[in-house]
Amino acid sequence: MIKKGISRLYLFLIFAFLYLPIIVLIALSFNNSRTKVKWGGFTFQWYLGCFQNEAIMSAFMTTLQITFLSAIISTLIGTLAAFGIASMKKKGQAVYLGATNIPMLNADIVTGISMMLLFVKFMDLGFVTVLIAHITFSIPYVILNVLPKLKAVNRSTYEAALDLGASPSYAFYKVTWPEIRPAVFSGFMMAVTMSLDDFSITYFTKGAGVNTLSTMLYTELRKGVKPELYALSTILFFAVLLILLAGNVRPGRKPN
Amino acid sequence: MSEMGQKKMSKHLIDFIDISKSFEQTPVLDEFNLYIRENEFLTLLGPSGCGKTTTLRMLGGFETPDSGQIFFDGKDITYLPANERKLNTVFQKYSLFPHMSIAENIAFGLKISRKSKSYIDDKIKYALKLVNLDGYEKRSVHSLSGGQQQRIAIARAIVNEPKVLLLDEPLGALDLKLRQNMQYELIRLKEELGITFVYVTHDQEEALTMSDTIVVMNQGYIQQIGTPEDIYNEPENAFVADFIGHSNIIDGIMITDRLVEILGVKMPCVDEGFGENTPVDVVIRPEDVELVEPADGYMEGDVTSLIFKGVHYELDVQANGYEWLVHTTKYVPVGTHVGIKVIPFNIQIMHKPESSDERAVEIDE
Amino acid sequence: MSKLKQQFLAGPYLLWIVGFILLPVLMILYYAFTNADGIFTLEYIFAIGSETNRKAIGLSLQLGIICTIICLLLSYPLAMILSRIQFKNQGFVVFIFMLPMWMNFMLRILAWKLLLSKNGVINTLLEGIGMPEISIINTPVAVVLGMVYDFLPFMLLPIYNSMTRIRKDWIEAAQDLGANNVTIFFKIILPLTVSGIISGIVMVFVPSLTSFAISQVLGGGQVLLIGNVIEQDFMQGMQWNAGSGLSFVLMIFVIASMALVNLFDKEEPVK
Repeated sequence: MIKKGISRLYLFLIFAFLYLPIIVLIALSFNNSRTKVKWGGFTFQWYLGCFQNEAIMSAFMTTLQITFLSAIISTLIGTLAAFGIASMKKKGQAVYLGATNIPMLNADIVTGISMMLLFVKFMDLGFVTVLIAHITFSIPYVILNVLPKLKAVNRSTYEAALDLGASPSYAFYKVTWPEIRPAVFSGFMMAVTMSLDDFSITYFTKGAGVNTLSTMLYTELRKGVKPELYALSTILFFAVLLILLAGNVRPGRKPN
Repeated sequence: MSEMGQKKMSKHLIDFIDISKSFEQTPVLDEFNLYIRENEFLTLLGPSGCGKTTTLRMLGGFETPDSGQIFFDGKDITYLPANERKLNTVFQKYSLFPHMSIAENIAFGLKISRKSKSYIDDKIKYALKLVNLDGYEKRSVHSLSGGQQQRIAIARAIVNEPKVLLLDEPLGALDLKLRQNMQYELIRLKEELGITFVYVTHDQEEALTMSDTIVVMNQGYIQQIGTPEDIYNEPENAFVADFIGHSNIIDGIMITDRLVEILGVKMPCVDEGFGENTPVDVVIRPEDVELVEPADGYMEGDVTSLIFKGVHYELDVQANGYEWLVHTTKYVPVGTHVGIKVIPFNIQIMHKPESSDERAVEIDE
Repeated sequence: MSKLKQQFLAGPYLLWIVGFILLPVLMILYYAFTNADGIFTLEYIFAIGSETNRKAIGLSLQLGIICTIICLLLSYPLAMILSRIQFKNQGFVVFIFMLPMWMNFMLRILAWKLLLSKNGVINTLLEGIGMPEISIINTPVAVVLGMVYDFLPFMLLPIYNSMTRIRKDWIEAAQDLGANNVTIFFKIILPLTVSGIISGIVMVFVPSLTSFAISQVLGGGQVLLIGNVIEQDFMQGMQWNAGSGLSFVLMIFVIASMALVNLFDKEEPVK
């Protein structure tokens, strides 16, 4: 019984550590006081301000565009690559998987800088370079989700479908695809998550004119914190909460 | 009843007294009483959910009863933690530690009781020899087959020289052939070690082959306690009869002593003392049904299916609205019109359970 | 589809690997081993010996190790409790503890800046109850706090995953063989979660060693980590060769620490 009490207390303490900062952010987003963290009455003005703030809104739009474009493209390339790799001999697989590990194991700052060094040789930094960078670090997550599933899919069921007179594309759609679809989807979701959360790589590849939420926040934070950002945090927190609850996506990024 | 059922052996080693246990309001055991004698091979037999595994887990120390007491060697062990009990368990899923070698697995309990290195080494050798896996010390758990893993699990338990070995469906995951081999190995082990075995299974054949005493359980109640011969030949109720073999169990009425009516036909039998016009269950084993010329039987019917089972044929015979299960060595093709006959000695008469669903069949002590 | 044909599906990815994974790494190597005139030099590799760089690397290692240890000490009991919890909705409880990780990385830092600032929430509260103010913003303590908050889930998740793979009957078998809770922990639970601990360590240590944003925001420019030096080389000083030299060294550090960590990981197959 005592042990149970200690466990509960421990859970509660960690819970408090994780959520107190978020709760404070949410509370302050309704606080009618710009300078002090003292309670100055209830207000929605920071939410209005947040939607009227051009820097915030344009960073928000850029983030959405980068995230979905990069997730879609990396899922496409990654899934195709998984099919290719699955059909290779051991040596070929090892080469591909080794290369796939590079962006996953490298520190973000090194990956960001290395890409920046390459990009500035050929083009101006901007939306496209950020997009390419995000696709690059997302593909490995897609491959690592899809490839194991693909290897587990029994090739004989696909061949059985062919034997029963299905065309290869029909057999793929009816037999292989339904089995790997969840893995492709979770790869896509992971790509979305990684892209939304990235700061370092975006920071080095974005150039002057473009900002995602992460880099915009970084610039703002160096100047000091504005209440509009609390409002933004609150909106994003509940958006994420709703999406996760609605999608019933299992929590957890896969470890390397 | 159980006085008669259990063989006359030495003293009680384990006593379950008035044990009740429920999980989330579902009663699993209700006022359960049982004793186990020293040196006995006792099997708890029953379908899943009958309470047999819970009984074993309470003995092992992994569950505590809601009420009642468990005595071991005269001492109350009801609330003694598992690691302080002088008995060892062979688990259903082998439960070998995956990060240890075979030798480390076997040495686990000995190291905890701080035995000397040479003692441990000798014990490992001895135990591996006993389970016919000499030289497997360095092997990893994953390199072993299911049957081998099971034998290591047994070795790991017996090196601690427990007074009682608990076995929780230890052969359940093995294929038929291996299971039969392991049954003989277990009997041999039991004889060599001279300790008490408490064995849990849902496989009646396993129970009949190995046990000194079988405890048939259903829905948290003991249905019958007895030797394999008792249980097989004289099942006390329809549940036991049905569970022990694939029998024909037919509703009947005891007209008077030595005369029973089933399916509209009166048949002579040998049972007495049921009273007159009493509803009963009538059990007739498939091998006791004789197929004769239609005119010579108690009733007529048609063979509806025929399967060759190696030694005998298994037939379904549709007669008087009942599908009879029949074992015979004669070949009787499907569609044959036959007569059914059973000699009086092979008709078993049983009391109907008090409630309709056999739930409340409890053995009166 | 034939095997050979199917292999071509990896074609686009092959181009991507060459163009955007290998080539960039080569670019770093090129800049790290040449000077501004494109002539081979080891000057920028040896530059780690300079006082600023030595100090920055030392501090990074120090904070990275502290952060990793704190995360491990916090996560391990948490993972153990979570994996044993017998709520009907265990998944939901775990979800609650993972949720903050979906908050944007920068927003999580923002929250801590808000809490720790001189006029921040904590000081306002302390002031309210008549306690002395604390001033840990712009110190290494604040940076470590921020890192722990940011990276805790990366430690929790792999340990929790390895914890849930421990079968209950292994624990019972150990109890049956006479093991008490201490023995069970050291002989069964700990060895079976080593691989989870190892991946947790890698996933926390690498980002905390190489972080520059957290130290910038919560350290207020006072805490100079190796990441900050590299960032300044590129974004302020335009010293690309020096920055590449340091990046190369950082790469070696990361690879070396992973190799070291992997030495301890016997990678037990847990079924």
